[in-house]
Amino acid sequence: MPSTPRTLLDKIWDNHVVFTPPGELPLVYVDRHLVHEVTSPQAFEGLRLAGRRVRRPEATFATPDHNVPTSDRRLPIADPVSKQQIDTLRANCQEFGVRLFDLDDVDQGIVHVIGPELGITQPGMTIVCGDSHTATHGALGALAFGIGTSEVEHVLATQTLRQGKPKSLEVRVDGTLPPGVTAKDIVLYLIGKLSTEGGVGHVIEYTGECIRSLGMEQRMTVCNMSIEAGARAGMIAPDAVTFDYLRGRDYAPKDFDAAVAAWEKLPSDSGAVYDRVEIFRAADVVPQVTWGTNPAQVTGVDAVVPDAVSFADPNDRSSAARALEYMGLEGGTRIVDIPLDRVFIGSCTNSRIEDLRAAASVVRGYRVASTVRAMVVPGSGRVKRQAEQEGLDRVFREAGFDWREAGCSMCLGMNPDTLAPRERCASTSNRNFEGRQGKGGRTHLVSPAMAAAAAVSGHFVDIRDWQYK
Amino acid sequence: MQSFTTHSGIVAPLDRANVDTDQIIPKQFLKRIERTGFGQYLFFDWRFLPDGSANPEFELNQPPAAGASILLARRNFGCGSSREHAPWALADYGFRAVIAPTFADIFFNNCFQNGMVPIRLDEADVDELFRRATAAAAAGGQYSLRVDLQACTVSDDAGFTRSFAVDPFRRQCLLEGHDDIDLSLRHADKITAWEADRGLPALSG
Ligand code: SF4
Repeated sequence: MPSTPRTLLDKIWDNHVVFTPPGELPLVYVDRHLVHEVTSPQAFEGLRLAGRRVRRPEATFATPDHNVPTSDRRLPIADPVSKQQIDTLRANCQEFGVRLFDLDDVDQGIVHVIGPELGITQPGMTIVCGDSHTATHGALGALAFGIGTSEVEHVLATQTLRQGKPKSLEVRVDGTLPPGVTAKDIVLYLIGKLSTEGGVGHVIEYTGECIRSLGMEQRMTVCNMSIEAGARAGMIAPDAVTFDYLRGRDYAPKDFDAAVAAWEKLPSDSGAVYDRVEIFRAADVVPQVTWGTNPAQVTGVDAVVPDAVSFADPNDRSSAARALEYMGLEGGTRIVDIPLDRVFIGSCTNSRIEDLRAAASVVRGYRVASTVRAMVVPGSGRVKRQAEQEGLDRVFREAGFDWREAGCSMCLGMNPDTLAPRERCASTSNRNFEGRQGKGGRTHLVSPAMAAAAAVSGHFVDIRDWQYK
Repeated sequence: MQSFTTHSGIVAPLDRANVDTDQIIPKQFLKRIERTGFGQYLFFDWRFLPDGSANPEFELNQPPAAGASILLARRNFGCGSSREHAPWALADYGFRAVIAPTFADIFFNNCFQNGMVPIRLDEADVDELFRRATAAAAAGGQYSLRVDLQACTVSDDAGFTRSFAVDPFRRQCLLEGHDDIDLSLRHADKITAWEADRGLPALSG
């Protein structure tokens, strides 16, 4: 008898439910547990107090990224509290036998950049991390989601998670990507359409010609921001792009061909049914710029800032009014007329080598506007080395960008890289919440190319009109 | 874990949608390595003026919310960062329940780990609660609700009663104050068997 067609999510889920105790939530096995310094200290402390150990240290990987300074690594960390958190992670990893990519490790970086880059992330796996952007890893066909610190402790102790099965949401993007439009624009556009809570309770599987045509790193950009649509996770079925990306990476399976044969069975069967389906057209997407204080408050670069009164829903209207006030913007202002003080290229959304190449190609031969301070923060030590080999650091430096060490940096400003009140920033990161990049700071989310062009011009410009040198 | 059976308390109305965890507990307070002491920083950037004094405009600083232990908010509460510091801060400040039309998933799960009940009610019911809270405030008083996790109901003294849905396992854990890890470790043999079945090797690299 033919079995019922299953989705990618169904298959990974079925492969990982260890046991469902009667009347309880299933115990779902976790293949990889990624750990960083901010959401783990209390979990390790909990283990210690209860006299427990880490069940599978070899499936657990840690790196400091949120607090780390992005200036000279040889200097001591100035902020004593940041230092304590990083020291605590180091001590915990030592005590519990967890592999740590420490500050002086050449492979240190943002946890969601180094996971795929080292081949720790693989198709068909369940991956968790005490961090909402864990969805990034879904780009390789894994089921990857963020958890709270109590759950981090639970995974450390049991290598499982208590979870009900999420619903599936197919987000299909048909057609080919128009010139000048990038993965970041697609995902911002999708969030604008789905809303910040459109994906709550669901795992998004991105499908369609447009998604299939994206390279591995662009797929990561799309999956990364799934949480901004409220989704538990985002995923893309593995294919040749995925396998080519993984081949030869440090932690990739030794018998790679056997692994590929298993991974090829993962994509959703034809006829598999999703709980919900949303369909979009790539041709409708133009380069995006957020104007508000959540990522769904977004519009095309060729548009104007909306008036709060234009929103029919009362919640949306009051949110927009608050956002415009915080952002210091008036409805009707053309997006391209918004002047900028700062530009940040980095974060787990857009700090990989392809992102830096895209930004550098815009910047090449130009200088950063005199009114703008701009910085590039590579996502990992590897990305930084690769960029330096390609001479991208020189392109950025010669244009007047700051070229920094790897870390989260001004994505959330837990280290010294922050916006001052009222400073306006074009940022390639993922959240434009009030105060996210510094108290009172004003963040506009854009793609790396759009950020680079804004740095040169001092205001937003439509990248589709850019004169590349 | 702190158990939860019934709780009666004053309602703090926070008439905002999409309250994200960056607002609930701003990043500068995430550097602590303890679970406690976050209440003083709850909603820090909204609650305090730049000089450190209480911002009189902020809902939690106004008389109707004094001593509140039930937070009432609009949809998509707790979106954004997974930081459990957000429920730690709410619980440490004294909240035992949060009522909203919808919650972000990670925040919703995190609440249960901290003796706090996230309660989803219909948008219309939440509207009604805001109306009742506003009316009580206009009359110079406060508005109280009673949450009963046994019966899964929220009610006031003036005829408002609604039931809410909660996962039976999460509910049981809260009622009995179970430690999740203890419960799961009871099935350690199943986990070991599952691993052995798959011959999980030590990782290469
Ligand atoms: S880069 Fe930003 S979003 Fe990504 S993990 Fe770091 S802080 Fe979180």
